[in-house]
Amino acid sequence: MSVPKVCGIETEYGVSRRGGGDDNPVVASSLLINAYVEDKRVGWDFEDETPARDARGFTRDASNPPDVETHLVNTVLTNGARYYVDHAHPEYSTPECTDALSLLRADKAGERIIAKSMELARLAQGAVGEIVTYKNNSDGKGNSYGCHENYLMDRNCAFGEIVKNLLPWFVTRQIFTGAGKVGSEHAREGIEFQMSARSDFFEEEVGLETTIRRPIVNTRDEPHAMSSQYRRLHVIVGDANLCELSTFLKVGTTAIVLAMIEDNAIENDLSIYEPVRALREVSRDLTCGSLLELRNGRSASPLDLQWEFFKSAQRYAARTGLEDCGGEIVGAEVLRRWEEVLSALEVDPLSLDGRLDWVTKYCLLEQFRERDGVTWDNPKLALIDLQYHDVRPERSLYERLVRAGKIERILTEEEIEQAVSQPPHDTRAYFRGECLRRWPQSIVAANWDSIVFDVGSGSLQRVPMMDPLKGTRHLVEALLNSCETPIELIEKLGTPH
Amino acid sequence: MPEREQIQKTPQKRREEESAETSAPSSQGEKIKGELDELLDEIDSVLETNAEEFVKSYIQKGGE
Repeated sequence: MSVPKVCGIETEYGVSRRGGGDDNPVVASSLLINAYVEDKRVGWDFEDETPARDARGFTRDASNPPDVETHLVNTVLTNGARYYVDHAHPEYSTPECTDALSLLRADKAGERIIAKSMELARLAQGAVGEIVTYKNNSDGKGNSYGCHENYLMDRNCAFGEIVKNLLPWFVTRQIFTGAGKVGSEHAREGIEFQMSARSDFFEEEVGLETTIRRPIVNTRDEPHAMSSQYRRLHVIVGDANLCELSTFLKVGTTAIVLAMIEDNAIENDLSIYEPVRALREVSRDLTCGSLLELRNGRSASPLDLQWEFFKSAQRYAARTGLEDCGGEIVGAEVLRRWEEVLSALEVDPLSLDGRLDWVTKYCLLEQFRERDGVTWDNPKLALIDLQYHDVRPERSLYERLVRAGKIERILTEEEIEQAVSQPPHDTRAYFRGECLRRWPQSIVAANWDSIVFDVGSGSLQRVPMMDPLKGTRHLVEALLNSCETPIELIEKLGTPH
Repeated sequence: MPEREQIQKTPQKRREEESAETSAPSSQGEKIKGELDELLDEIDSVLETNAEEFVKSYIQKGGE
């Protein structure tokens, strides 16, 4: 049975320091976050974090542990997000959302938060050693950093079914989720441009890793919720997007596909022969039409497979409804835009200039190539590729295109600005964000599934929030309004944990 | 396995064919071209100087 697709996006931003100063990326990332949170810091609580737990049913032993997050600068924001240093990058994790539109707002709010952090850091540090960030996934030299999605799933859904259906899904969704990349990570290959910035980095079909031998389907099993009921699907294969339509479709369509997997509603086995190789091939086929070999002996293009998923989704929506995929209104909008984009890709991919990242970037590069008469290996094109993702509004090429009216918007600036400080109303992020806004001095730590209060007397009080769908405005606003102090809140919530 | 086709397929051709059929009136075409040139000039003015050096020095280690 499908469960509501509570979802979130965690983005590691590329970071560098220009014009002097300590160029250690951990230091630069910390400076950014500290500049943003200053005195309103609330720490992250690491209890209950188990990144080594595997969805296939075992926990990795300590002899070969995956990288565990560094416990450096780590904070929680009033919009319910987590903002922290992860390894060598500033990372922004959106609050939990229930639909693609709400998640798009929270993700775009992250870009504004990072931009504001750079501005504040510049004021604090002076112009020397300016810290610059990029919302992209690769330095073009074989180093990648992630934009991970997370979706709540039913624990009873067999993991094998998830893997079987997600492999062809992830291989083919690149045609609208790709952020575009000049060349490849392997210089010898000599390709001009590909759709996805991430696909070159994947070497396995399934696994727990995120930094080496990256798998298309990641098995991390750390639900941050009632683990008997839920798992959290951790998706590491996606690109960081700037175009609103790319992000909206990336999460909206994936949520529907996951609900279909839970309800056994994907009608045909679309398994692709050698999916790791297919992932790269699809990324390199800018026509979206070249044939892939399927395991059942047929062959089909990425577009054919996307149409199969789409048609299953259409029938699923008619039969079951999209209440668990962000509600009927957003769900219908996802289906409408999905169909529109597949139709446009079929006729002419370049007609999606200004709507999808990879097409927009490709068209911009082609215009420069034509005007300047340069070939694809010209460093200027690599710079355009990089600077498309610059988060500083005055340097971002994406932002230039927005200002020139070349980019399709789904959100208004006001909506994004609101999401910078306000949490989504329909998940536990509401409770987290509102408590932080009301009583920042009394909260010593917070994490996805609890808040720890210091109410001045006795021991610290942990308020557990194991259900991501509780703590909503509907459920707790009146309660919060009735409390002047966190002590009252704790008393009204009942026996402390 | 047979050798995979190495030549990259680009969507360029289809657009050229279509634009030949539906070419805009020349005055409108010039206006669009003028706007595009302006945008490319504007982008040129915000691009970091010394592209080669800049791209080479952008190195990211550690992540995820």
